[in-house]
Order: sequence, then structure tokens, then C-alpha cells
Amino acid sequence: MVDDALLLDKMLGGDQAAFVEIVTRYQGVLVRVARLYVGSDATAEDVAQETWIAVLKGLERFEGRSSFKTWLLRICTNRARSIAVREHRTVLTFADDDASVDPSRFNDAGMWSEPPVPFTELVEGRLDRAEVLALVRAAIEALAQPAQAVVTLRDVEGLSTAEVADLLEISEANVRVILHRGRAKVRASIEVSLKGGAK
Amino acid sequence: MRLKPAPLACQQAVELISDYLEGSLSRSERRRLERHLRACDACTAYLEQVRATIELSGEVTPEDLDPEVLEGLTDLFEQYRSSDD
Repeated sequence: MVDDALLLDKMLGGDQAAFVEIVTRYQGVLVRVARLYVGSDATAEDVAQETWIAVLKGLERFEGRSSFKTWLLRICTNRARSIAVREHRTVLTFADDDASVDPSRFNDAGMWSEPPVPFTELVEGRLDRAEVLALVRAAIEALAQPAQAVVTLRDVEGLSTAEVADLLEISEANVRVILHRGRAKVRASIEVSLKGGAK
Repeated sequence: MRLKPAPLACQQAVELISDYLEGSLSRSERRRLERHLRACDACTAYLEQVRATIELSGEVTPEDLDPEVLEGLTDLFEQYRSSDD
């Protein structure tokens, strides 16, 4: 994958294809993160668009002290947050307290009655990598907020827990709890898909 | 004499896996989980599933953009580019 910095240089030189590549790379995460704060998908898309406008206006002044990704996401969360204030929305950053694994899979002593099988064994010869990744993407997209934003930032985009906490203005402990619940749901949903819909 | 904590049940162990992979368990919790994992193939398989989930998530590539959104954004780009000239 071409480095962001290289694409930004090209963008500054007026290269539209470089801009398209950057937009394609980050539009999804911008919308997902904005959606954590604002009340509708349409507003989240507006926030993403405003973020790109701010990038185009400010790119020459971007000094590269932080990564482009962090700078971009910071612009996005700041905008989304100010809209949330205007909409009088409270951002729910606590996780649900669902169990990681369906309790029916354990016996009364809390031991597995229906043990998990490694994904590699479930996949074996049935699906190629692209098909598995499509399942994973669908599972992440099916997550509710705040898990969707946190899993996207931490596991898809590879931000550190500290960076996620800083960006969303919540504690690292809170990020870890949300992440734990989100990953458990993604895992469960991949498992169900790989087993062909059987529980 | 220090009392050893009670062994974990699988149902408790699965709740520690994400933090274990994040490296954020306390030393005693980590040891307790590792002791459980050494003796439990099912939870080891669960750990592998969560590891695979994280690894696969990192490989998810961005979806193709809605052509309308893309067109709107490239128009913006051209607008800003020409205002620079």
C-alpha cells in the first residue's frame, strides 16, 4: 500500500488520483467514527465531507508532527462533537454488559458444553481469504456504537488503545471494555457464518 | 501461607481474553488465565479465534466508495486546486 505521506505530496501537487486514493482509504472510518456522535448516517456523511474540506484547506499547514491519520480523525471527531452538542446528544461510551459468549454454550459449572473450534479448521478448503475478510467486514459493520467505532479504530486502523482513548476523549479502561465486547461480537458472528449459519 | 486463587471456569476465562491480548491484565490475573489455558484446549481454541478475529480485522480493506460521494469529493478537490492557482 502506498504511504499516506507520498499521496499527500502528490495531492499538494494537484494530483486528483492521489486524493481519490486517500479518500477511498479513510472515508469509511470517518463516517463510522462520526456516527458515534451524530444522530444519522446522513449527518455522519456531512461530517466526513466537512473533514475533507478542512483537509484541503489545511493540508499545506499540516506539518506531519502527528500521523496524517491521527490529524484527519481529530478534525472529524472535533466536528462531530460540536454537532452533537448542537443536537443536544449525549454520547454513550459505555459498553453493554452482554456475555462474550452465549451462556448456553457452557454447562452449570461454567465449562464449555459446546467448545469452539479454531477458525482455520472451520475455514479449511471452504472459503478463500477474500471471502473470509468479507465476513469480517460485515461483522464489524453490524456492530452497534460505540463498539463499531472503537473496533474500527483499534483493530482495523491499528491505532493504539491510548490513541483511541485520546481521540474519543474516554479513558483507556473504557476503550478496553468496549473493545472486548466488540471483538467478542465480531468473533461470534464470524463463527456463526463459518459454521454456515448453524449456532 | 498465601492462598492460591480458585481456578477459573471457562466462562470466566473468555472474559479475560481481549485484555490478555492487549497486555492489560494484572500479573496475577495473567498467571491465572495462563494456568487455565494450559489445561483447557477449548479456551485455547477460543483464544485463537479472538487472535484470528483481530488479525483479520487488520486486513479488512476499505469498501468501494459510492460513486456519487466520490464525484462530490473530487469536485471539491478541483475547486480547491483551482482556487490555489
